[in-house]
Amino acid sequence: MNHIFFMVVKRVALGLVTLIAVSMIAFLSMQCLPGDFATQILGQSATPEAVASLRHELGLNDRMLHRYTLWISNVLQGDFGTSFVGRGQGTPREVVYLVLPRLENSLFLASFAASIAIPLALVLGVLTALWRNTVFDRVVNATTLVSIALPEFFVAYSLILVLSIMTGWFPSLASIRPDMPLYEKLYTTALPAFTLVLVILAHSMRMARASIIGLLGNSYVEMARLKGLSRLRTILRHVLPNAWAPIANIIALNLAYLIVGVVVVEVVFVYPGLGQLMVDSVRTRDMPVIQACILLFSGIFVLLNLLADIVSIATNPRLLHPR
Amino acid sequence: MFSDPVPVTENSALLEIRDIHLEGRSGGRWRSILSGVNLTVRRGEVLGLIGESGAGKSTLGLLAMGFVRAGCRVTSGSVRFLDHDLLQSRDADCDRLRGARVTYVAQSASASFNPALRLLKQTVESTILHRLSRRDAAERDARELFAALGLPTPETFGDRYPHQASGGQLQRAMTAMAMSPRPDLIVFDEPTTALDVTSQVEVLAAMRDIVRRFDTAAIYITHDLAVVSQMADRIKVMKDGREVEEAPTRDMLANPKSDYTRSLWAVRKMNKPEVDSEEYAISAENLCASYGSVKVLHDVTLKVPRGRTTSIVGESGSGKSTFARVIAGLLKPDSGALQFFGQQLDGTLAKRSREDLRKIQMIYQTADTAINPRQSVREIVGRPLDFYFSLERAEKEARLRELLGQVGLAAEYLDRYPAELSGGQKQRVCIARALAAEPEVIVCDEVTSALDQVVQEGILKLLLSLQEMLGVTYIFITHDLNTVKAISDRVVVMRAGRIVDQGLKSEVLDPPREAYTRALFSSVPTIDPDWLTRLLASRSTVMELNEVPLGPVAIRAEENI
Amino acid sequence: MTHRNDLLDSKMRNHWRHACKLRGVPASVLVSGAVLAGFALAAIFAPVLAPYGEGEVFPQSYAGWDRHFLLGTDSLGRDTLTRLIYGARNSIGVALAAAALSFCTGVALGLVAALNRSWLDEVLGRAADIVLAVPSLIFALMLLAMFGSSVLNIILIIGFLDASRVFRVARSLALGIAVMDYVEAARVRGEGTLWLMWREILPNIAPSLAAEFGLRFSFVFLTIASLSFLGVGLQPPTADWGSMVRETASLITFADFDLKAGITPLLPAMSIAAITVAINFVVDWFFGREDGADVF
Repeated sequence: MNHIFFMVVKRVALGLVTLIAVSMIAFLSMQCLPGDFATQILGQSATPEAVASLRHELGLNDRMLHRYTLWISNVLQGDFGTSFVGRGQGTPREVVYLVLPRLENSLFLASFAASIAIPLALVLGVLTALWRNTVFDRVVNATTLVSIALPEFFVAYSLILVLSIMTGWFPSLASIRPDMPLYEKLYTTALPAFTLVLVILAHSMRMARASIIGLLGNSYVEMARLKGLSRLRTILRHVLPNAWAPIANIIALNLAYLIVGVVVVEVVFVYPGLGQLMVDSVRTRDMPVIQACILLFSGIFVLLNLLADIVSIATNPRLLHPR
Repeated sequence: MFSDPVPVTENSALLEIRDIHLEGRSGGRWRSILSGVNLTVRRGEVLGLIGESGAGKSTLGLLAMGFVRAGCRVTSGSVRFLDHDLLQSRDADCDRLRGARVTYVAQSASASFNPALRLLKQTVESTILHRLSRRDAAERDARELFAALGLPTPETFGDRYPHQASGGQLQRAMTAMAMSPRPDLIVFDEPTTALDVTSQVEVLAAMRDIVRRFDTAAIYITHDLAVVSQMADRIKVMKDGREVEEAPTRDMLANPKSDYTRSLWAVRKMNKPEVDSEEYAISAENLCASYGSVKVLHDVTLKVPRGRTTSIVGESGSGKSTFARVIAGLLKPDSGALQFFGQQLDGTLAKRSREDLRKIQMIYQTADTAINPRQSVREIVGRPLDFYFSLERAEKEARLRELLGQVGLAAEYLDRYPAELSGGQKQRVCIARALAAEPEVIVCDEVTSALDQVVQEGILKLLLSLQEMLGVTYIFITHDLNTVKAISDRVVVMRAGRIVDQGLKSEVLDPPREAYTRALFSSVPTIDPDWLTRLLASRSTVMELNEVPLGPVAIRAEENI
Repeated sequence: MTHRNDLLDSKMRNHWRHACKLRGVPASVLVSGAVLAGFALAAIFAPVLAPYGEGEVFPQSYAGWDRHFLLGTDSLGRDTLTRLIYGARNSIGVALAAAALSFCTGVALGLVAALNRSWLDEVLGRAADIVLAVPSLIFALMLLAMFGSSVLNIILIIGFLDASRVFRVARSLALGIAVMDYVEAARVRGEGTLWLMWREILPNIAPSLAAEFGLRFSFVFLTIASLSFLGVGLQPPTADWGSMVRETASLITFADFDLKAGITPLLPAMSIAAITVAINFVVDWFFGREDGADVF
């Protein structure tokens, strides 16, 4: 078992290195800002003393590596600095308190969508792989092809048009509050979740279908049929045990996809999530918040890919039982 | 019921395939794979099905189980197994027969076992599924079968995963899997084709014994006449989806009726009279080479005489291909000297002069991957002409025609693309390309191994005539011992990166003066139905191949881990 | 076994031939081709086709669909149809430029990496991995915040981000060819790296690369549209479909009263969708979705 442990450790290390690289890029973003940033932030209250003090506080005068290590150690302790917005008016807000509740909301929405989309995608993927080139398969294939190509905002607005404006079944703005009961939360976020489901479903289903078809092409599957196993038994006993790694990969990739889709959907439905916060911050060039968002998004991305890799390793019989 | 034993008389037919016409879909069109084929197998008899690739034998073997691959369809004919018409039956009924009354042994055992499940579980799977036996009884029986087939540690062998067993072991495990339900008929589809010569002997013996012990009928599919003559009572020859000839084994071997059958052992009949030469084209001294940290050539010292054919023969992993790559400049040796006509030859491509590069050319095993599918024959053969010589258009065109003529291709082939050529024609283009550089030495890396017998004969004869005409030196890398006899003047035997023996063909082979050479050559089946029996009987007096000592340390082969 | 391999092999070789045959092309692909051609023409001949100028403002804002303004006007009084046509030119043009940049860089680097297969390959591979570790939309948002949303910046940023994906694909395609014996034969002959890339590898991966370009373009196109929708892409007064969706989004609430008004924000969105769907259909067909012989 030792070498499995080492492989996992190696993957984790690679993930950490990637995150560090990403953090460096995020850090550098602050340093590369054109013009006199400090003046721009303070706006009206940009007196020379205030500017100098802000520059000192932001560490814009110190050496790069020193600033970076300071920043990273702060981040690891949960201190993302204070938002640029509001400094001018004297109402600074700590980034971490801005970001965390938004993160929670985004995770809620993403989980809601994923819990519907992924099981559905796997089932549809298996079914279309089994009934390849039948009418069912072709219809599903065409639908998913269209669905993948559609921009998220198009899907979102179409759903709003049909399910909200014209029929009034669901609310078009998904404004949730932390104190809402669960069923009310689910109702309010139904439309954005549905949008996400449609976006993810198509991708995951196609990947699942391709994986299963790949697995079905293996010689040992034909061998099972030649031993007299029915189609169903062959799938259950011979295909599924080998499918964990590809399935884990698909799930991880699509959850990662969700993160990107979440941004647009949150803006359309005015949902108080991390994506919308990031877009707003980009418009106001609020760098500390942007940095925090980037770190969080990338962290989740890297974590998901890491999990998928670990599942691949852990389910590979060649690694579990070496010669 | 399908799985009930049907009372039959001794001579009644177990399997009857009548007038089968089967088509396969390729590139949007249906083309015929089997045309009007008949086949009968009686209880307890072994039928050998022999033919070259594309003859349709695998398809026929699968048909015996009522199985048609996706993309194929039967347009007429019937398949009757024990009075059940398989093609007209429902899927569920056929499923009941398969794995119970008729079983299958595939060509590639490592691909046919599920990598995620243990071997024992897969071996008894069909027996338990068809309710022929309870799990513990079936597993006990499986272990006995493992022992009967000569697998190591039969009690625990089944606990292994497929990747923990070697190719030969897996093939035997697959035979056990096929035998577990005690079927009436087993279809063996080229089961030893993918194995090394030495593993093949064990596996052939095991299969033959087990089939005889349980009096099981079998269809044995192969392209190798020597192998089939060990295993079968009757032989049926096929070509291009049609039957050519069928007769009891000894009759057919003694008295083949069709020319095609006779051509199947063409290469075996070739035997080049050897000639030596004093001038050496290439000489290697104490060459050592490695891939990364693994050393693959140990102190290789050999000489290649000019204008003659030197064969380097050995099993997979012997280092022969590695040596070829060193000569071609693709692998830099760690130490040792390489000389080309007395001049030092550098180990890496980049450091060699264009003239040196021109004088050493290489031909590969699979012509499919050796020529660029997007280039016409003219571009393929013409590029060396452009690269090494600067010829005017008219000169170049004349030379191209000359080259094609030398390899036996008409001038019109110049404008063809590889997709339009057969395997043999593609290999001829490769030879023309090599000749275009007007080389001194041509390294032939298993150039005939992927070809059918008749085509092989053509290529080998071509190579020999080119040597006579042009005085080219060949370094012929091969694992096929018949080819060695057919074409060589000198022979070098390699094993595990070392040279076992080298010298004139007659010195090295006739009779083999080294123990390893002897063991190696005795493992090649000959077209004699008693060869296997004799070999097994004499095994007690001759050392087993895997026990031949290698230098000071005796290395035991994988088979006995 | 060999039978199956023969089928797949001849399919690969015949890709170009299949592409050139017009018979046997499904209707969906023909329609898609027509759609793409239509938009391309609109983009090229925009000044001729559009009824009014790109930034021309009229006093009637939020006008309904009538004789003067076939698709109505937006909040500032600009003709929707005009802006749609010019939007085709701008959106497609910018996306094409970004895709071309990413494609050329990615393919060149991918080929070099595949041929080199040692330290250079490692370095490029790691760099690509890091770029791909951040979701592309997020990364683009950050970079645009840093450098501002000019047209040049958008092309460079999206082009650079997408190049890493192209690099991966090109590299794996090239590797598949680089291990072939004919590439080795050319190397043994003494051919240089440039020749190998250009004459041996590239011709064999060109069809797959062309299809990949189609997919990349549609992805880049969608990304830029999404960025514009979010307000950080192409800036006004440039007509651009993504920003048009955002500008007219509020009209959707009028759907109860005037369906045409409600549909207006969907028009640019549908145009975007039409292009991406059409490209996907064409690429999908080109790759040939029959998966060869198998058991099931």
